[in-house]
Amino acid sequence: MKSKRRWKSILTRLRRALFFRRGTAKIGIYGPPNAGKTTLTNRIIHTFVDENEDVGLATEVPHETRRAVRREGVIIDLKAKSLENPNPDLNSESKVKPKRGKAKLKLDVVDTPGLATKIDFHEFLAYGLEEDEAKKRAKEATEGVIEAIKWLDDIDGVVLLMDSTEDPYTQTNIIIIGNMEARGIPIIIAANKVDLVDATPQRIANAFPQHSVIPISALKGENMLDLYEEMARRFR
Amino acid sequence: MEIKMNLISEDKINSMTSTEKLRFVLDGVKSGNIVVLEGGLTSEEQMKLIELTMTEVDDDFPGIEMSGYPSKRGFLNIRKKARLTVIGPAKMMHTTKKDKDLISAVISAI
Repeated sequence: MKSKRRWKSILTRLRRALFFRRGTAKIGIYGPPNAGKTTLTNRIIHTFVDENEDVGLATEVPHETRRAVRREGVIIDLKAKSLENPNPDLNSESKVKPKRGKAKLKLDVVDTPGLATKIDFHEFLAYGLEEDEAKKRAKEATEGVIEAIKWLDDIDGVVLLMDSTEDPYTQTNIIIIGNMEARGIPIIIAANKVDLVDATPQRIANAFPQHSVIPISALKGENMLDLYEEMARRFR
Repeated sequence: MEIKMNLISEDKINSMTSTEKLRFVLDGVKSGNIVVLEGGLTSEEQMKLIELTMTEVDDDFPGIEMSGYPSKRGFLNIRKKARLTVIGPAKMMHTTKKDKDLISAVISAI
């Protein structure tokens, strides 16, 4: 079974490399709860689709997203974006170099529920939820984790979001990366929340040196251009 | 209160199918045991274990804590080999430090 999957993965990669590139890539935004997945997805939609459209609500309560949400037909067109606005809100530091901003990619973005090995309803009580509400949220969150895992069978690339203020070397992060490597699916690690004073994105780069790590702040829009260019390069 | 640990040999693990392994691990953990697998679970098996665990989470069983050494490249740098995986009830086990060759965990009775 495992070798069958491995061969399928090798053949898929060969076919992609030799014969065609996908028209629309399905890109999953993965990560642990509260890493900023919905904030990033909203940022992508605001930048390239509609600044008033949200795919979901981002709050400090873990497992806010309990159903995977797919937003189809997002065109990351950095060239058009640059022409439309010479100082786009792609990179808050405005370090747009002349050679940049030409990448284009059509994709479906899938905002997934946070992956976790445990979901304890007691944790939600600390955020002011009533017990019944907390239990309901916990039940929905378990279903969300299963849904996020099932989506892995259908996606073409993963943006794995990690919180730069936390230890990145968690089993969940290792499992996601291991699964993507086994399936031959490209992965970009986004080291999120670099706007916070205790952020150490370098720790993430050190933990996973074999992968591209892009430091970003999805909330503040910092360094997004680097992420979009890397997405266009890796997921095309 | 005593805490029971099951240290499972690689031979025993290799004699099971993936489904048997996951059931064996989860049953052990749900009984309140810490399960240590020599040879470990692959990342795909670990993902399936999370999926299986989520179907069994309830008010009394919030899930599992899992830690493992990352897999090593095997023959000709192609096949990845899992090394060791430790799994325990989330209520009892808490990983405090982890890197590629070290796992520190606190285990306490419920």
